[in-house]
Amino acid sequence: MKRKALAFLALLLTVLASPLYAAEGMETFGLALGAGLAVSLGALGGGIGQGLATAAAVEGIARNPNASDKIFVPMILGLALIESLVIYGLVIAFLLQGKI
Amino acid sequence: MGHGVTWGEFFFPGLAHLLAAYGIDPIPAIDALIVSVLLILLAVLGGRRFRATPMLEPDGRPSPAFLLESLLGGMLAFFSTVIRHGARGLFFLLGGFAFFIFGNNAIGLIPGFNPPTDQYSVTITLALITFLTAHFIGIRTHGASYVKKFMGPVWWLAPLMTPIELISHLVRPLSLSMRLFGNMTGDHQVLLIFSTLLAVGLPIPFLGLGLFVSLLQTFVFVLLSAVYFQDAMEHAH
Repeated sequence: MKRKALAFLALLLTVLASPLYAAEGMETFGLALGAGLAVSLGALGGGIGQGLATAAAVEGIARNPNASDKIFVPMILGLALIESLVIYGLVIAFLLQGKI
Repeated sequence: MGHGVTWGEFFFPGLAHLLAAYGIDPIPAIDALIVSVLLILLAVLGGRRFRATPMLEPDGRPSPAFLLESLLGGMLAFFSTVIRHGARGLFFLLGGFAFFIFGNNAIGLIPGFNPPTDQYSVTITLALITFLTAHFIGIRTHGASYVKKFMGPVWWLAPLMTPIELISHLVRPLSLSMRLFGNMTGDHQVLLIFSTLLAVGLPIPFLGLGLFVSLLQTFVFVLLSAVYFQDAMEHAH
């Protein structure tokens, strides 16, 4: 019963939204939404990933402070590689924003 | 976004017009030329004491020559930990990358200059140099059996491993160039926006961030280049 109501609601919203498909500002809306989502979702995943990498590195230093020099270089390399994925999203956002 | 006024156009308008007449975008070209001239001056002035006499003892005073010597010695020691044999030969290329990329990144922090590395043409050139040098070194070290590296550890995995290895090798210059390009462009835009908001005091943390990111991106580019060279040189599994 709940699934049928949900399907009917989805169909109703699609029918009600059909005038929007022909609006003139739709292309700008799509580009702007895409640019915004590209950076935000990239930053979300990248932030979590870098947090995990730094947490592991700092725990390693806490267990063995003498190894901090050896841990530093792989940590910086890992952070930069994770950050590069976020930067790909930023570049796509710039490309989309330039087309508006 | 408009580029505003740059020192390059202010002091060298004739050069800007000449480059534009040949179809070269003058702003990154003049800034890259300025950085190159500064680096040549650094090399000439820093090495002058070493060229005067072959026997030179450090005398405890922080002169530019000894600072450069310890910096270059530290870089060679660091590359030797990544590239086990032959670091000295590749040191010229990697050290050149380091100084060139850092100079080009850092000049964007001075108001009136655009960092030339925020043009994709500059970064893809640097990444292609790394790519071609890595494969050239691999072919020179291994000869024709360099293709065996792409086939994976065992022979019956070759049809699976070869496309994966090929794609991952082709993506390397793309990712190197996009990482440097995106970081520099994003940083410069952020600095521009915050400088437009309030020109005094507010950009200070962003200038610090810009310096840190310039240094970090140089380090990552050079480290990854060294890792690719070592990966091309080392013997297969």
